[in-house]
Amino acid sequence: MKQLSVDHLTGIIDLSRQDIELILDTASRFKEVINRPIKKVPSLRDITIANVFFENSTRTRLSFELAEKRLSADVVNFSAAGSSVKKGETLVDTVNNILAMKVDMVVMRHPNPGAAKFLSQKIKARVVNAGDGTHEHPTQALLDAFSIREKLGSVEGKKVVIVGDILHSRVALSNIYCLQKLGAEVMVCGPSTLIPKYISELGVQVSHNLREALEWCDVANMLRIQLERQDIKFFPSLREYAALFGLNKELLDSLSKEIVVMHPGPINRGVEITSDVADSKQSIILDQVENGVAVRMAVIYLLAAKIER
Amino acid sequence: MEKQVILNATQLDLTLKRLAHELVETHHDFQNSVLIGLQPRGIHVAARIKAQLENILGHSVQAGSLDITFHRDDFRRRETPLLPSVTNIDFSIENKRIILLDDVLFTGRTIRAGLDALLTFGRPSQVQLLTLIDRRYSRDLPIQADYVGKTVDTLASERVAVEWKETEGADCVLLFTKEGNETAQR
Repeated sequence: MKQLSVDHLTGIIDLSRQDIELILDTASRFKEVINRPIKKVPSLRDITIANVFFENSTRTRLSFELAEKRLSADVVNFSAAGSSVKKGETLVDTVNNILAMKVDMVVMRHPNPGAAKFLSQKIKARVVNAGDGTHEHPTQALLDAFSIREKLGSVEGKKVVIVGDILHSRVALSNIYCLQKLGAEVMVCGPSTLIPKYISELGVQVSHNLREALEWCDVANMLRIQLERQDIKFFPSLREYAALFGLNKELLDSLSKEIVVMHPGPINRGVEITSDVADSKQSIILDQVENGVAVRMAVIYLLAAKIER
Repeated sequence: MEKQVILNATQLDLTLKRLAHELVETHHDFQNSVLIGLQPRGIHVAARIKAQLENILGHSVQAGSLDITFHRDDFRRRETPLLPSVTNIDFSIENKRIILLDDVLFTGRTIRAGLDALLTFGRPSQVQLLTLIDRRYSRDLPIQADYVGKTVDTLASERVAVEWKETEGADCVLLFTKEGNETAQR
């Protein structure tokens, strides 16, 4: 029988194609579970999970918490605001204090790249990365791949363009790894100031013309402009960005084929994507959210199986 | 391992026919009764019984499949995780009479998990159990079948395998015995 090759989920970069496929296959079973009248299974009754968030999140945190509860795990939540982190406690000390209360798994979001990997080397519990700065957001990439597979039948051979703020996006990096491991072709598109200099070394194509990129692709993943991570101006104005890289209905309808539109949320309506596109039938944005719970259940289930009794 | 045939294709077919007739005796025209096969091996029993019933009744009978992986009691007690199969129950089980079907009834733990899993879909009015092979005297839990194809007395070290034309190439029920073991069979 198959199991994951890793003990922690710190990044897609550590996963093999088999690992990713195992997670996606397991997730499709959980998707059936969360559509039952009773959306809960007792598998993780004896597991306690701490959600440790050093950075704001609504969707991801809610999604993880629901996934954990639907597996019957006990859940504790921790957020940096109003915690001892403000008093100068280190990351390892904070987490070890939580673990001293007999916690088996830690789901962590942190502003520093590599924080999850670092933590996984320092503590005994399983670690799931829920986003580490501008580095990786593995469960988002997995749910994006799951949603593409669900919509188009497979990821292999599909062309996916990631549009927007690639420089500050952990979603972009995890998606590139994940899609490439599953055999998809990836292009990134955005203003040159928001495309990392050496991105083509990852084997992705680069475009600065949205129409051209959309004509090429089967799926467009529209990223949010992360103004909170931009300490300098990367483009003259949001209005100009929206005009050059925003997806509107007119542009979408003028393409020669019907593409799938994705967005990891939260949406800035009218900036990277207009309302009529976000709510169109080509958009699978809300499916992504639903699939997020199923994918996170699969990740937690498969990692929990590796916890020693 | 010594291999012994408990039921050959003809005997298996006769047993399935008899089980189908027993079901009709209790459930009449199946207006309010449904079959649910337990994944992974019970679905074959369910498919065969469904075909037999439809042959006898002359109309279709509702059937589904149920995966019990997430309700098992041995998660994390095994070397590798249990991987789930497909659950497909596309009808309401509320107030229905359910017949759970599996190929071999051994410790009873699968059925215990199956009952739990089933109840997440609603509240049936009755649940019965049909098993093709009942390995008597080896139960860990107080669970018995309502319809039994064949009862066998086996040791825990032995293994019973039900094979199907669709998956293994031939219909038969086999008993694998470690050499030197004496088995009593009824």
